[in-house]
Amino acid sequence: MYNLTVAELVKGLQSKAFSSVELTQHFLDRIASLNPDYNAVITVTADQALKAAAEADKRLAAGNAPALCGVPILHKDIFCTNGVRTSCGSKMLDNFIPPYNATVVENFEQAGAVVLGKTNMDEFAMGSSNETSFYGPVKNPWNTEHVPGGSSGGSAAAVAARLAPGATATDTGGSIRQPAALCGVSGIKPTYGRVSRWGMIAFASSLDQGGPMARTAEDCAIMLSCMASYDEKDSTSVDQPVPDYSSTLNRPIKGLKIGVPKEYFSEGLHPGTEAAVRQALADLVAQGAELVDISLPNSALSVPAYYVIAPAEASANLSRFDGVRYGYRCDEPKDLQDMYCRTRGEGFGEEVQRRILIGTYCLSAGYYDAYYGKAQQVRQLIQQDFTRAFAQVDVIMGPTCPSPAFKFGSKGDDPVAMYLEDIYTIATNLAGLPGMSIPCGMVEDKPVGLQIIGNYFDEALMLNVAHQFQQATDWHNLAPASIQQGAAQ
Amino acid sequence: MNIERQEIEKLATLARIAIDESTIAEVTERLDSVLGLVDQLQAAETSGVEAVSHPMQGTQRLRDDEVSEINQREALQAIAPDTEEGLFLVPKVIE
Repeated sequence: MYNLTVAELVKGLQSKAFSSVELTQHFLDRIASLNPDYNAVITVTADQALKAAAEADKRLAAGNAPALCGVPILHKDIFCTNGVRTSCGSKMLDNFIPPYNATVVENFEQAGAVVLGKTNMDEFAMGSSNETSFYGPVKNPWNTEHVPGGSSGGSAAAVAARLAPGATATDTGGSIRQPAALCGVSGIKPTYGRVSRWGMIAFASSLDQGGPMARTAEDCAIMLSCMASYDEKDSTSVDQPVPDYSSTLNRPIKGLKIGVPKEYFSEGLHPGTEAAVRQALADLVAQGAELVDISLPNSALSVPAYYVIAPAEASANLSRFDGVRYGYRCDEPKDLQDMYCRTRGEGFGEEVQRRILIGTYCLSAGYYDAYYGKAQQVRQLIQQDFTRAFAQVDVIMGPTCPSPAFKFGSKGDDPVAMYLEDIYTIATNLAGLPGMSIPCGMVEDKPVGLQIIGNYFDEALMLNVAHQFQQATDWHNLAPASIQQGAAQ
Repeated sequence: MNIERQEIEKLATLARIAIDESTIAEVTERLDSVLGLVDQLQAAETSGVEAVSHPMQGTQRLRDDEVSEINQREALQAIAPDTEEGLFLVPKVIE
């Protein structure tokens, strides 16, 4: 059952080929036997899952089942879950049990999904390798000496290892797309404002966006239709109806104009990754698409602009973790100042501290205009690059990241080496555009991701194109060898 | 970039983060590397370019001034490090 897609599981449940309780137990058993190898799941909610599955079976029997009724999923541990620890990968929130659900969690509950547990992640979503998690790194199921990417590495690895057919994730600078690419799964970061951020622990509020991960574009479409909503509780949520993304998957892509930015095929791109992406573009041409050479001239400024804007927003957002109302508090503080400083010094890991310090620096008196003001202007330039491009093309494509999964520790001590991992993904967050990654090849026995960038609220088109690509290719069906071992069929 | 150690100490105080004395040199070096990266922004020509603070140019919505959430003090304080009679307790501020 673990090799079935979300779409197939929905059919199987509705035709009573298996029950949700059977299916849920099957995935719980897989998590119990395989997760110790990957560390992808950090909280398992077995009892609640089985109870929810039994409820789902009743609704399925009664014939009034909602879209995802009885389908097991995992939530990234950044989404608040009522009564279930939500750690955000941090010691700071190791003891945090939210008294409410994120809107995304509510939406999946409404859709009848069964939550198996919570996935590991880089601390406060700051990282591209999962090495910053308080709970230890997630291992890439394709090769456990390699990183799964980040920050949604737990969700990506769990889907790749078939510990769940789909999972939620979030993306601030590439945190859905890069791990999806490195683990060989499909993932979409929607347009900023499409998915509610309420109850999703904030990193950089003008960039953060939730989205689904699954093995196929079709599954992402099914999940995004449930996950997206207008939410009054999120002031940046966009009041637009959510399309049924599944209904447009089968449109032919003949005549589709694909922009290929020359800046995304420059120095630093692994030749194997480039070859796989070029082949994918050729496959799409064979389906009737047309390639258009374009330029996004300010691409090189996206990483520097991001590392001002994201840390600046993070330094403000993370000021709430002060040891007063919830989360970690240091032992025996001698006064209030000591409590704040030691709580944050002990509760946050190195990368999170670094970003808070950078943000504090960029926002401090005398530096604000030179850094924050300048970065916001550059953000405008990056957005204009895309506006010009989308006047010519329907979608933009290129590699999701410069190379396949790297070994743990291989980025060394310089944080900038890690930051450059997101060189192709960050610009879409700065512009607020939707971006997607789907598997498009293998290099050195590790998956390669094809990035699809769409215009604002063009998720339906992106999913349509991705689905058409997956109808003609088989990369999304490949499975890591290690996942077959030790578990029941 | 060449950020000074004293500057890191000041930032750490502003950010309310206790940094262990033994790691300050390393923290300084790594922060300096990141600031070197972001300094690439200075080369960008941005005169007359409007700053973007929000990708969708959103404006804050207003709502009616009506009660929409019920008081959940007990549930919210149940997860606090220290409370007494409905108040959050912190170390004494005034001697």
